[in-house]
Amino acid sequence: MHFSHYHTDGFYDELFLSDGQPRPEAAPLIAQINALSSKDLRRRQRAAELAMFQQGITFSVYGDRQGHEKIIPFDILPRIITAQAWAVLERGLKQRIMALNAFIHDIYHDQTILRDGVIPRDLVLSSACYLPACQGLTPPQNIWAHIAGIDLVRDEHGTFYVLEDNVRCPSGISYVLENRTMQKRTFPRAFDAMRVRPVSNYPNQLYQMLRGLSGVEDPTVVVLTPGMYNSAYFEHAFLAQQMGVFLAEGADLAVSDGFVWLKTTRGLRKVDVIYRRIDDIFLDPLAFRPDSLLGVPGLMDCFRRGTVALANAPGTGVVDDKAIYAYVPAMIRYYLGEEAIIPNVPTYLCSDDTQRQYVLDNLETLVVKAVNLSGGYGMLIGPKSTAEERNTFADAIRANPRDYIAQPTLSLSRAPTLTPEGIEGRHVDFRPYVLSSDEVFVLPGGLTRVALVKGSLVVNSSQGGGSKDTWILED
Amino acid sequence: MLSRVANAVYWMSRYLERADNVARFVHVNIHLMLDLGLEHDNGRWAPLVAASGDDDDFRRRYDDPNEKNVLHFLTFDEENPNSILSCIHRARENARTVREILSSDLWMAINDVHHLAQKQARRRKIGDLQDFYLSIRRAGYVFTGLLEDTMTHGEAWHFADLGRMLERADKTARILDVKYFLLLPSLEYFDSPYDAVEWSAVLKSVSAFEMYLKQHHTINYKNVADFLIFHPSFPRSILRCTHQAARSLHSIVATTGRETSVEGSMSTIRSFLADATIESVLNHGMHEFIDTFQTHINTLDRDIGQTFFAD
Repeated sequence: MHFSHYHTDGFYDELFLSDGQPRPEAAPLIAQINALSSKDLRRRQRAAELAMFQQGITFSVYGDRQGHEKIIPFDILPRIITAQAWAVLERGLKQRIMALNAFIHDIYHDQTILRDGVIPRDLVLSSACYLPACQGLTPPQNIWAHIAGIDLVRDEHGTFYVLEDNVRCPSGISYVLENRTMQKRTFPRAFDAMRVRPVSNYPNQLYQMLRGLSGVEDPTVVVLTPGMYNSAYFEHAFLAQQMGVFLAEGADLAVSDGFVWLKTTRGLRKVDVIYRRIDDIFLDPLAFRPDSLLGVPGLMDCFRRGTVALANAPGTGVVDDKAIYAYVPAMIRYYLGEEAIIPNVPTYLCSDDTQRQYVLDNLETLVVKAVNLSGGYGMLIGPKSTAEERNTFADAIRANPRDYIAQPTLSLSRAPTLTPEGIEGRHVDFRPYVLSSDEVFVLPGGLTRVALVKGSLVVNSSQGGGSKDTWILED
Repeated sequence: MLSRVANAVYWMSRYLERADNVARFVHVNIHLMLDLGLEHDNGRWAPLVAASGDDDDFRRRYDDPNEKNVLHFLTFDEENPNSILSCIHRARENARTVREILSSDLWMAINDVHHLAQKQARRRKIGDLQDFYLSIRRAGYVFTGLLEDTMTHGEAWHFADLGRMLERADKTARILDVKYFLLLPSLEYFDSPYDAVEWSAVLKSVSAFEMYLKQHHTINYKNVADFLIFHPSFPRSILRCTHQAARSLHSIVATTGRETSVEGSMSTIRSFLADATIESVLNHGMHEFIDTFQTHINTLDRDIGQTFFAD
């Protein structure tokens, strides 16, 4: 009876009702867990972690010469989302990504949304991720963000909100697929009984989407990685392997005669589609950062001529800017004539005088974020901060107001998690993945990240976060 | 395939073979010391360092070639690029850069042996390492088996095979050279009972003991040398490794359609071996023969790099 002392403590719990009873959809899982001894449960946890270690599903600890590696902790208790809740999320995610793509295309072409005053022109053009070099570019099908990861959170009432958009190089999909493999071994009976929607087709969907970006009949597709010392290298190799395509580093590619070529043992081979996992500004030292050693000189020129397709297109990062995020509901209204199905978290822009004053007056209750950082960096969680930290942030905000936004501290939902003290509630978020081409595909699953530290709201793996499998149930 | 990938596969395979061979030399030497009742004779460890070709580095950083120092140098020394730990680390780094082309089983096996070596190294104890050397040897067989059974025998496979065979030919040559050149205290020692024990140890280090006896029945230095250099089908003989390397190289040249002189370098090695006999080798000196052979191998290695791995 692992859950006899389990309390939801006033938070929205993903598997339990506030009266301590399992949610109806979670009942078969809770029953299987309850039938196991504590020892057995921990044995399954250890077996899952060992399997990940053996398969090298690890990230490198930077600065360690003999390659010490860690796994991202995996919690064997899955998170469950009902078919009804998912149907709403799926519609909301499609709506959002269509508006984001329309917006990116607009600002690199006619800028009607800026002309019509829906979003302040200065705010967009001052974004560090707005790339003037992309002005006038027309990627295949006018789609810029082919692969997106949208971070969602749930409040104390169970309402989903969009917390962040990730359309540069969203990572984590390999964990979704590997977690599922582990999870099926861990609770096979509950998994069968509950009719969980499969996620394993993602690499195939991704490959079909990438292929479609090229007019060539049998295109050469490559995954472009910064290399094995990048913390997401496992994922880059994993995706290349699962799609059966080349995994290339910048130095494996060369530009000549307006085409991109792969250096192979048979000589040069033309590249048609690049799924790049390198940030915009490192892609091409001739177009962006001249000191970048990761990219390919001349790549942007080929992209501009249309001889090679890039996913995602350069310049998409502008919508990852957390100040521009605040205007996504307005974009949805402007381009689609609809209200946002999944709401934004209320956001205060420090570039606005009135809002900034409010933020400075309420640092103790707000979460402050740097607009272009991710991974839990550049963040102040007001209620957990010291006076000194608040002063540092206040100074930073006054010095560079455009670089900061603030949001109310959310009471994030929790999910039961196996901890050294037994099963306890821990805060979670959720990142579903969206593929866009002529159709928009939302993978029925995603990455649930969990803050393993008691009471913590930070789910990032760099800050003590782990992950869980996410079960989207069949109708 | 990508030039970088071909390079990484070739070296992954060479480093694993090298780790395997170092483990073999060391393991057999431990047994030899026991057989000869010489556990405390430190003079018996120096030749192992010589066989690895890294005596300069050893002398710079260690005072005495005693058992403890030599075992540490060859097994766990991170600064020695050819220690077992370094070889496995480098093999795995190479494997990691190309893991999208390896079968999952093969990658997991390499990952396993890496974790095993790391764990053993953290213990920092040079004591009873025999199980460890055995595990490394076993990992070598697992690698070979998985390469054979889980990878398409295409270009990547041939690069791995080429690396493995060249490394193996080189190491069999080295162990012969060292035994011949350094282990012999005096001429009377030839074919004495002690000598037989030592030549047996050489045979065992390349798993050739039983196969040799089936053919020659008794231990005799000339027959041992003949077996290890010229046997046409023993998997670790120099001739056989060279032939297999030539086959893989030919297949690579054919599939890549490259205009290259690299097969010429391979022919040089093959005629060098074809023109020699055990008598001519012994008459002109084993050491000279092996020295020339290794120079040829190095030339070939350089040509392979320039043809297939360079930009």
